[in-house]
Amino acid sequence: MPVAARRGAAIEIVHLRKTFESGKNSVVAIDDLSISIAPGEFVCFVGPSGCGKSTLLRILAGLEEPDSGEVRIDAAEGGVRNAMVFQEASIFPWKTVGDNIAFGLRARGMARAQYTARVDEALRLVGLSRFRDHYPSQISGGMKQRAAIARALVTDPAVLLMDEPFASLDAQNRAILQAELANICEQTGTTVIYITHSLEEALMLGDRAVVLTAQPARIKDEVIVPFPRPRDTIEVSATPMFGELKLRMWNVLEAEVLQARREHEGV
Amino acid sequence: MKSPRAERRRQRILEIASPVVFLLVWEAVVRLGWLDARFVPPPSAVVVRFFDLAQSGELWKNVSITLFRVGAGYALGVIPGVAVGLLMAMFKPLRYVLDPLVAAIYPIPKIALMPLLLLAFGIGEMSKVVLVAIATFFPVLISTYAGAANIENIYVDAAKNFGAGASMMFREVIFFGALPQIFAGLRLALGTSFLVIVAAEFVSADSGIGQLIWTSWQILQVDRMFVGIVLIGVLGVASTAILQEIEHRLMPWRRR
Repeated sequence: MPVAARRGAAIEIVHLRKTFESGKNSVVAIDDLSISIAPGEFVCFVGPSGCGKSTLLRILAGLEEPDSGEVRIDAAEGGVRNAMVFQEASIFPWKTVGDNIAFGLRARGMARAQYTARVDEALRLVGLSRFRDHYPSQISGGMKQRAAIARALVTDPAVLLMDEPFASLDAQNRAILQAELANICEQTGTTVIYITHSLEEALMLGDRAVVLTAQPARIKDEVIVPFPRPRDTIEVSATPMFGELKLRMWNVLEAEVLQARREHEGV
Repeated sequence: MKSPRAERRRQRILEIASPVVFLLVWEAVVRLGWLDARFVPPPSAVVVRFFDLAQSGELWKNVSITLFRVGAGYALGVIPGVAVGLLMAMFKPLRYVLDPLVAAIYPIPKIALMPLLLLAFGIGEMSKVVLVAIATFFPVLISTYAGAANIENIYVDAAKNFGAGASMMFREVIFFGALPQIFAGLRLALGTSFLVIVAAEFVSADSGIGQLIWTSWQILQVDRMFVGIVLIGVLGVASTAILQEIEHRLMPWRRR
């Protein structure tokens, strides 16, 4: 079964550095970033827009190469190392929900007889069982992101990578999906790296919230999120502790946001 | 304000009435002697001649040979056009090699190649089939390439992240992502294929609709000529409708 089959992987990121060439000048996106992540940990990276947090995720996903430094994912041999949930709708419009979810399994050479049960299980996990044969154009934005989550989870990844997956949803849908995601991750025990610019989201979902500096991304501050699991994301967000942590993180983040804004407007 | 249903009915009536009125006016203008029937025959004469030709078997002989040339040439041009377009989008070196060649050959009116093809393949069927193939290859290649090269990165990234190899990327992501553009190219190529086959049959054929039109003109049988012209129009409309039906079936995710 896909869920709770294996504990997530430990991740070691060491002195990571990445620059992009744009015209004549090069932009440092990530500079000397190091962090260790425990197996099964849910880590949220928060930072101002354009600080290079998506680049960090793309390096972890193997879609970009770092200039220097290293990413070690301590995953079991042969298993799927990581699976990504993207910010915008990334499920294939020309495949049904079920075929989208089966994509990662088929890419790894699994036959239909083997994956059907796993796809059904993943559909059930995200509450889309009735929509297996629907095309993405026939379902809502929230359902599309749930399908994207199922497509990632069904491969039983050692690390689940999420890039602001709920940013384009309305507030109510976002709250529902956040609660569901917390629940699913508690069940599966996957290690999760979650990128967001929302402090609330980081505190609701994460075991640890990491504040990144404005470009280039470095680690500025870390908060160990004290709320126990299983966690009710809505209830947690109404506690005084939540407010205090949010304020502390905002004070750290504000300077970075202002700096990011100056860099955008100035020069 | 009209209800949407009344609006639709009005649309249907106008769509049917417009060609009918056009034919009636044409008929009337010729009968009244405002147009010379020797140059522009009335529609009724064209219809009579149509049935004559159908009965003698001459009609079907010409239609079938033209359809064969168009069909065979279209298949021979369009299938490699799609394949090469996708490959150009996927493999940069191939793109660098083919881009200048395509840019140079595409704007040449393909009918200009007819003498060359006659030299190479003789006056038989092969020269016409190859002409249609060349004429349809380029529009399909160009729109397939444009469609495949402009697929949103996120689908390619997602497929890569989920471990898709080159073959799966090609067949399940790039191809389907480019499919709407591929069909735009197929529709363009269909028009082009009738254009070049009629021109080719004018100059070098002893059968086919183009030849029917050309010989009718030479012996000033204008009503026969009009039968040929109308036939080309009908075949164009019918083949476009078939292509649209295929498009509709191949892209169920675009249905609403």
